[in-house]
Amino acid sequence: MEIERRLLKKEALAGLVEKINAAGRKVHAPVCEGARVEFAPIDSIAEADLGYVQTTQSAKNLLFPRVERILSFKRRGGAMETADPDLSALPETVVLGMHPCDAAAIGSLGAIFTWDTQDAFFKARLEKLTVVGLSCAAGDEYCFCASVGLGPGSTEGSDILLTRLASGDFLAEIVTAKGKALVELAPELFLPAPAGADKDSALARIEKSFTREEAGERAKARFDDDALWDGQALRCLGCGACAYVCPTCACFDIQDEGTTSRGVRLRCWDSCGFPAFTIHTSGHNPREEQGARWRQRLMHKFSYMPERQDVFGCVGCGRCSRACPVDMNIKEHLIDLLEAKS
Amino acid sequence: MDELRKKARALLEAGEVRVVIGYGGGTGDRARAIFVREPERADELIFDGRCRQNLAIYLTRREVKELGKPAIVATLPALKTVLQLAGEFQIAEGGLVVLAPGADGSLIEFKTFADIEKYLAGAASPIDPAEQAEMDRVRAMSPDERWKYWLGQISRCIKCYACRQACPMCYCPRCTVECNQPQWIPVPSHELGNLEWNVMRAMHLAGRCVDCGDCSRACPVGIPLYLLNRVLIGDIESNFHQRAGMKAEVDYALSTFHPDDRENFIR
Repeated sequence: MEIERRLLKKEALAGLVEKINAAGRKVHAPVCEGARVEFAPIDSIAEADLGYVQTTQSAKNLLFPRVERILSFKRRGGAMETADPDLSALPETVVLGMHPCDAAAIGSLGAIFTWDTQDAFFKARLEKLTVVGLSCAAGDEYCFCASVGLGPGSTEGSDILLTRLASGDFLAEIVTAKGKALVELAPELFLPAPAGADKDSALARIEKSFTREEAGERAKARFDDDALWDGQALRCLGCGACAYVCPTCACFDIQDEGTTSRGVRLRCWDSCGFPAFTIHTSGHNPREEQGARWRQRLMHKFSYMPERQDVFGCVGCGRCSRACPVDMNIKEHLIDLLEAKS
Repeated sequence: MDELRKKARALLEAGEVRVVIGYGGGTGDRARAIFVREPERADELIFDGRCRQNLAIYLTRREVKELGKPAIVATLPALKTVLQLAGEFQIAEGGLVVLAPGADGSLIEFKTFADIEKYLAGAASPIDPAEQAEMDRVRAMSPDERWKYWLGQISRCIKCYACRQACPMCYCPRCTVECNQPQWIPVPSHELGNLEWNVMRAMHLAGRCVDCGDCSRACPVGIPLYLLNRVLIGDIESNFHQRAGMKAEVDYALSTFHPDDRENFIR
């Protein structure tokens, strides 16, 4: 559908949250938690922090929870009964104030969860999620959305994208049918947009350092350059902080918990940075050294996902670099990769 | 800093070490670990208040060990870690060069572990006032309040294991959480899994933790793990008069048996 432009007065945002709550939907928004900002459920707009640059964790938990029950089992007589979770009981949810990088990330995550097997859990959650994005008025040195084909005002992935104009009011771009349905909850709040509403001047300036296509081609061309990957990864500790804060990392592990007579099957986040991630039952580990694991992380995002799922696996949010205890800076290492002599 | 760079260059030029593990500039104001292998890159080394990571973490990492004999730029907690790792037979005297830069630009090169012991015996280990205030606040809570405090803190844990990976004393190639026959610690990051993981981590470090604080700094969600470590350090010190990282010998309260121990269940 064609994007419709409306004006949402700054004081109307509170009313919008009330209307959404009144309609029985849950609202999640960035909330200040001490030194960090994280997505959390809110009852009123006063709880939200819309001036944030980036949350520590992405909102992927809403679509791909860090622990999710996918099955329960119970022994009855001689037989084992299994039961699927009731996905129809999932609440309708609105995430409000998500930046364009995160909104775009939903597409990348979705491409993995609907690539081959159609993941019922992810799809059920996605169907019930409406994204009210918020353009970025400011970025920081870790942001690089412009280098991965996005920008501080990209509408990709948002059902409605809000941009805070100089007046403090929001330009609301209604992008999808889901966005339109949300507007229907409070049509009186969405006023006609002034003809001269200037979105561009309200956006952060994010430098474009490379293109994701060149990053992918270069990573592929340098695949066998062990010295490069090992050199970049020498300080890497092999933790999962980067993968767990990433809005597109989708690896998971399956764990059964309980006894032989009853229990549950859980899906849990996993990370390719962990030393034991690829260990075989034989004891052989095809990615024995951290350099190989680091290469996998970059290759997966910039080469394998574009080849297999026709999407990129990095949206330039910079979370991995901010969260890294040892300052592994993905943007810097991608630039190094592009500059390295072949 | 000049002294440090000069020494690093000389060590590399003489072939006395193959790599100098030190600090260099990182993103923005951050400092980060760098691995200087060529003498001409010694000028990339820095040392100032931003240089807090305990670089002794890298002494036991296979990728770094493969580079050859290291020199390490050591802060006070890193010196303690060197002794503790030596006590646990992870590093050997002569296998590394230990360089401790002072805030005034001076540089001490430790020739032996005994020299580090002597130095540490006379060195003060200042505690961050904000961390002490949090410790006092949590200590003053009732057991019930404290339990709720920790359940709240631990509910944020995402089981990324940054605390473990950043810890120089967590050098086990296979952690207890990766043993699954039987599965001692639940893998999922649910309430029980998070609680068991964080308690297990603290207990495995009891008597071994040198209080460098890297676990807390590594935690992306800001769980104050230093509180758990410090309480255990205090308890072990008052009950067993032992403190990790003060000598290059294995002697920690919870896993060493002395024939004159009061407890005789092990006999």
